Amino acid sequence: RKIIFEKQWFYLDNAIGHIYGTTFEVTSGGNLQPKQEVEETTTETKEAGTDNRNIVDDGKSQKLTHDDIKALKDKGIKGQEIVQQLIENSTTFRDKTEFAQDKYIKKKKKKYEAVITIVKPSTRILSTMYYAREPGKINHLRYDTLAQMLTLGNIHAGNKMIVMETCAGLVLGAVMERMGGYGSIIQMYPGGGPVRAATSCFGFPKPFYDNLHEFPLSKVQSLLSGTFTTEALPADPEENALVEEESNGLTEEKHIPLQETEEELSAEAAMEINPTEEQDVMDVNAEDVEFKESKEKENKENVREKQIKQWERRKKLLEAAALLREKNADGLIVASKFHPTPLLLSLLEFVAPSRPFVVYCQYKEPLLECYTKLRERGGVINLKLSETWLRNYQVLPDRSHPKLTMSGGGGYLLSGITVVLDKGRSDSSNSEALKMEEPSSKRCRLQDLPC
Amino acid sequence: MSFVEYGDTIKDGDTAIVFLGHESMFPVKVQHGTVTQTKYGVIRHSTDLIGKKYGSKVTCSKGGWVFILHPTPELWTMNLPHRTQILYSTDISIITMMLELKPGSIVCESGTGSGSLSHALIRTVAPTGHLYTVEFHQQRAEKAREEFREHGVEHLVTVTNQDVCKNGFGVSKIADAVFLDIPSPWEAIGHAKSALKAEGGRICSFSPCIEQVQRTCLAMEEYGFTEINTLEILLRVYNVRTISLQIPDLGKAAEDNSGTGFDSSNPSHQGSPCANLQQGTVQFKSGVPLREVVGHTGYLTFATKS
Repeated sequence: RKIIFEKQWFYLDNAIGHIYGTTFEVTSGGNLQPKQEVEETTTETKEAGTDNRNIVDDGKSQKLTHDDIKALKDKGIKGQEIVQQLIENSTTFRDKTEFAQDKYIKKKKKKYEAVITIVKPSTRILSTMYYAREPGKINHLRYDTLAQMLTLGNIHAGNKMIVMETCAGLVLGAVMERMGGYGSIIQMYPGGGPVRAATSCFGFPKPFYDNLHEFPLSKVQSLLSGTFTTEALPADPEENALVEEESNGLTEEKHIPLQETEEELSAEAAMEINPTEEQDVMDVNAEDVEFKESKEKENKENVREKQIKQWERRKKLLEAAALLREKNADGLIVASKFHPTPLLLSLLEFVAPSRPFVVYCQYKEPLLECYTKLRERGGVINLKLSETWLRNYQVLPDRSHPKLTMSGGGGYLLSGITVVLDKGRSDSSNSEALKMEEPSSKRCRLQDLPC
Repeated sequence: MSFVEYGDTIKDGDTAIVFLGHESMFPVKVQHGTVTQTKYGVIRHSTDLIGKKYGSKVTCSKGGWVFILHPTPELWTMNLPHRTQILYSTDISIITMMLELKPGSIVCESGTGSGSLSHALIRTVAPTGHLYTVEFHQQRAEKAREEFREHGVEHLVTVTNQDVCKNGFGVSKIADAVFLDIPSPWEAIGHAKSALKAEGGRICSFSPCIEQVQRTCLAMEEYGFTEINTLEILLRVYNVRTISLQIPDLGKAAEDNSGTGFDSSNPSHQGSPCANLQQGTVQFKSGVPLREVVGHTGYLTFATKS
C-alpha cells in the first residue's frame, strides 16, 4: 500500500517485523530501509562567522539551481550527499554563525533527507496529531485539555464510564486506553451511530471492545421517563450518510447493514428476486430452475442474516439501557459539538453520587450557562471552570527560549463532583442555608440571578 | 473503598473526604467510636458515616451539613498533609498522558515527597502495573509507606529509601516510564536509562529552574534519549459571576423620549445582557479569572529511550 505523507511517498512493506521506534530511510523507489546510526563526524574547527552584519540575502548565495538539485535527486544520490553539496555551493555558509549553520543544516536535512520513524500509537501521539492536523474533527480539543479530562475524571481500570463525544472517537480511545480493558463504557451517540475512526487507530486488542456499549441520545428522554422501547431505532439512511461523511469510510460501512429497517429488508429481498426472474424468462431449462432455487435460498439466507443482525442490535440496545438504568455510573465525560447544558442535565441522572464529571466545550459561554443550570439543579459540588495554557521551549546550549504558547485555543473544561440529589433545595453553601430566615432578596444576591 | 477502586458505602477504616463548601474540605480516617470536629458541629463516625452512601449529606451537631466524598488521587492532592512542595493535578495530568501510562505500566519515580503524584500514578497503573518510588529522606519514605498501606494500595507500590542519583531505582530494564522530581536530575539520567525497558520507554524530568532543565537536556542527549521536548502547563480557573454594569447617562436628545442609544428595552436579545430599566444596568454572565493565578510550577522535559 502506498502511503503519501508530507510530499513523501513510500511503501510500508519493509517495515513489518521491525520494532516500534525504528527509523527508516526512504530510498528511491519508495522502499524503507532501516537507517544506520551515523556517527557525527567530529567536525574540524568549523569555519564560521560571528554575526550577520555582512550577509546579504539576495537569493543568489546558492550556486546550485533547481534543475541541478533535481538532477542530483534523480541520480539517486542520498539526501545526506545533497545537503553536503548545498553547503559546499553556498557562498555565505562559512560566514554564518555556528548557530545559523546548525539551523541551515537542520532545515536542509528536513527537506532532502527522507527519514521516517514508525511509532506505536497512544493517546499522546494521536491527540497531538489530531490537534495539529485535523483540529476541526475534534472540536479543537487540545491534547493538554484532553489530559486534564482524563485525570479530573479519575478515569481508571474498573470504572463504569459514560462517554459522549463527537471527536471522531479520539476521546473514547483515550478513555479506553486509561481503562485498559477493565470496566465498561457506554458511549452515547447522536444520529445513526457513533463515529469511531480515531478509536481504531489506537490498535486496541479485541477484548477491549467487549464491554464497550453504545446508546442513542435520541432514546435518553424515553429512558429517563420510563417509556423506553426498542421500536423505531435510529436507522435513517440519511443519517447514515452524515455519519459516513464524518469518518473514514471503512469503519462506517460496517454500520450500515446493521441499521436496515424492516422495509429495507423486504425491498432488498425483492430486488434480489427480480433479476433471476428475468433470467428465467430468457432461458428455460433445468439448470436455470436449479439456479433460481439456489438464488432464492440465498435471498432467504440474506434476509435471515439481516434479521439476526437486527435482533442482535436490539439485544445490545437493551443491554446498554439496562446498564444506564442502574444509575450508578462512575463518571461522565462530555466533549461534543452540541451545547453542553442539555447533555449534562440529562446524562448526570445516570451517574452515581460522589463521582467526578468533566465537560469540554470549545467555547466558554455555554459552560457559563451550564454552570448556572447545574447550580439550580443541585446535586453537584466543587464546580470548576478552567482552561490550560501550554508553552513549548527550545532548550539548546546558549539558545534556550520559549517556542510557542498555546492559550485560548484549546477549549475549556467544566468539572465537578456529584452528590446525593436533595430534592428539597439546591446544595448552596451552608452559610446560606443556616440563614434561612433571611429575606429572599439578600439570598438571591449570593446566587446567580436568572436572566 | 480504595484509591484504585470505587466503593458505594463508607466503611470502617476508609479514608473519606469531608466537603464543607467552596474549596473547603479535609480528609478523615473513618473509625468506629471516633468523632470529628467541624465548624458546623460534630460528626460521629459510627452513626453518621459508617454505612452511609458516599456522596451523602451529613448533618452535624450544630445543624450545618457536609458532604462525605469518596477519595480520589485528585482530592487527595488537594488535601494531603504536605511534607514537601507537591505536584498538582494540572502537571500530573500532562505527565500521565505524555508518559503514556495506563493499566499495567511499570513506573519509577523519585522523589516520593508527599506522595501526591504517587497516588495518581498508582491509580493509573492499577490493577496490573506497579510503582517503584525512591525517597532519600527516611521519615518521608516511612510516612509514604504508611499512607499507601492505609489507602489500600501497598500491593501496587514499592518504596525504597535511597539516593536515586547514587543507587538508582532498584530495578533494571523493566520500566515503561521514569519520572524525576529531584534537585539534580542530570545525575540520575544514567540510572533512569538502566531502569527503563530496552526500547520505547519514556522519561520525564520536572525542574523549577531553566538551568536545571538545560543540564538535564544535555544529559538526556548524551545518554541517547530522543524526542527531547520541554514544556510547561498553566491552569487558569474562572469564577462564574453575574455582572451588572451601569448604563451611563448620556442625557436626552431634544424632544426625543429615547434615553440612551442602547436599546435596553428590547427583551429579544438572546443570551445577551438583559437590562434592568429601573436601575439603568445591564446584567450578564462572565467567567472571571481569579486575581491571583499560579504563575509557574516547573518545566517538564520529556524524552524517549530508543
